[in-house]
Amino acid sequence: MLLRVVDLHKRYGREEVLKGVSFFLEKGETKVIIGPSGTGKSTLLRCINRLTEPDRGRIWLEDVEITSPKVNINRIRAQIGFVFQDFNLFTHLTALDNVRLGLMRVKGMGKKEATARALQELARVGLADKAKAYPAELSGGQQQRVSIARALAMDPKLILFDEPTSALDPELIGEVLAVMEDLAKSGMTMLVVTHEMGFARSVADEIIFMEKGVILEQGPPEQIFYSPKHPRTAEFLRRITDLYGGNR
Amino acid sequence: MNLALLGGLLGLGFVLGVLIAILEVYGPKILRLCASVYTWVFRSIPEILLLLLVWFGPSQFGVQISPFFAAVLALGLRSSAYQAEIFRGALQSIPSGQTLAARALGLSRLGTIRHILLPQALRLSLAGWGNEFAVVLKDTTLAYAIGVVEVMRQARYIASRNFPLTLPAYILVALLFLAATYFGLFVIGKLEERLRIPGLEARR
Amino acid sequence: MNLVFSWSWLPKLAEGLLLTLELTAISMSVGAFFGIVLAITRIYARGPLLPLYLLASGYVHFFRGTPLLVQLMTIYFALPTVGLRFSPFSAGVLALTLNTAAYQAEYFRGAIQSVRAGQMQAALALGLSRLQALRYVILPQALRLVIPPWSNELIYMVKGSAVVYLIGATELMGQAKNIAARTFRNFEVYIVVALFYLALILVLTLILRWVERKTRVPGLGLPGRA
Repeated sequence: MLLRVVDLHKRYGREEVLKGVSFFLEKGETKVIIGPSGTGKSTLLRCINRLTEPDRGRIWLEDVEITSPKVNINRIRAQIGFVFQDFNLFTHLTALDNVRLGLMRVKGMGKKEATARALQELARVGLADKAKAYPAELSGGQQQRVSIARALAMDPKLILFDEPTSALDPELIGEVLAVMEDLAKSGMTMLVVTHEMGFARSVADEIIFMEKGVILEQGPPEQIFYSPKHPRTAEFLRRITDLYGGNR
Repeated sequence: MNLALLGGLLGLGFVLGVLIAILEVYGPKILRLCASVYTWVFRSIPEILLLLLVWFGPSQFGVQISPFFAAVLALGLRSSAYQAEIFRGALQSIPSGQTLAARALGLSRLGTIRHILLPQALRLSLAGWGNEFAVVLKDTTLAYAIGVVEVMRQARYIASRNFPLTLPAYILVALLFLAATYFGLFVIGKLEERLRIPGLEARR
Repeated sequence: MNLVFSWSWLPKLAEGLLLTLELTAISMSVGAFFGIVLAITRIYARGPLLPLYLLASGYVHFFRGTPLLVQLMTIYFALPTVGLRFSPFSAGVLALTLNTAAYQAEYFRGAIQSVRAGQMQAALALGLSRLQALRYVILPQALRLVIPPWSNELIYMVKGSAVVYLIGATELMGQAKNIAARTFRNFEVYIVVALFYLALILVLTLILRWVERKTRVPGLGLPGRA
């Protein structure tokens, strides 16, 4: 098992955002988390690399307990890629430098080696020719692809995607999803929060449906989409199809 | 003494500042140029040097002015340059739709400035004006240099009569300024709250 | 009216100008260092470090809330009563540095806080430590954002250094006073000195604008991006 999450709890003030979430992820697997907005999906992802500290519960990455107070969290984070909804590329750095920063400052790689590696990852997301561009000079889709390259360059054991296409104009969503699909096929372990049901259906090995801080149902796409066991799952899928149309 | 000075120079600075700002934003090009030269001059010359110039200048032409008046004039002129910047920023941050709407109603150019733009700009500039207040309050000490008996000079008198009291006297002066600054900022903050209009905020 | 100027004033004034530049340069750079430290303390010192936060905040409020002249006079005239003696120059450097550190702290704080929160998050997510994130991600952006207010502060300090003549330093104003006392040409000397300052500030402003242009990065510091 690559990632194991057990009984995770988190509350913000009065509101309990996560009420005991447990699941696991095998190596090479892609799981997609779906569910209504504000049900703790993003909080869950942030707890996994402890950008948000969980109140209770334990998380293991392979045999290392992430939630242990003794763990060197920076070393753990270097092994977990994170792709943000609003990209968060470093504004003052070019695409190349964005990808290189972690390699040089976290992994201690030399400049030459880091550059070669960074260019390779940029090529992988189809942006080799944009290496010298600053984030503000790139479209949203391109920025998100650079941020995926930034995560990939670190050779992560797993990548967390927090609604990677929600901040994009509709016509730019496709290019990002295509990169993610390639990644999934290449055997990368991925945990994706998204509202893109088409992507969930065709790429996910398993789908987790979350609502109000708990996992209501999980299973292969066929089960979730065609014969959901929980009435709330069915209702959510109906609403989202009404909203976005059947093909997404 | 410092407070009288403060009142005088803030008043002078305010009137001139608003005037310059209006000329700068709405006036003809040549006035705009004059305004920016004015601002550059009064932002560049040290306050203390301005004081000396205004103090010695008129006597050169046979006119004697009191140190107090010289201080008000010098610091007031300097403040007007800064206040003009503040009002200019505020005027320029008002959406152009406001002018269009006013003109569409049949208001004249001057009427638009007077009834629509200035009231908004003055509210918007309160925060910047608070900063300027804090700056000029402290500048009033500089009048010491031309012999106005303001608080610094009082402190030196005390120190010269009673040597061991030197440090306490200076610290007392510092605390007085601290109190005055924060009291002033508090009042301006309250004023800002009172005059707040929903939807009209300095956009960051 | 008869105004009399003399070329013979210039060497002394140039000497004074040099000292003015020296005063300003030392206090601005040392002040920048302490300003950054104060700013970081005020932003990040919480929990067990709260006393540090309070200390830094108190410092900033005190030195921003009191006049430079009062600070200068306290250092030069009052501290000797408790056994601390300074030359006019070192008292000037000390007062200007303490003063500008407080102001610069506020500019740096504003700049650091206007770097979006996501930047820190992304840096941490990569595995950078907080200190590394500050060093490689937050500060490089903040330093660019701080250039405009910092330029204003530099101008304030050039002008502020003029105050030091009141305790007898021989910078630009001090030299002017000496010449004026010798020649009784107060007004004329001060006019010349005013021209010195006008030129100096103009040159500094142009240099800083150039630096700002040189270090500009697309998407950083544009209006509406605070």
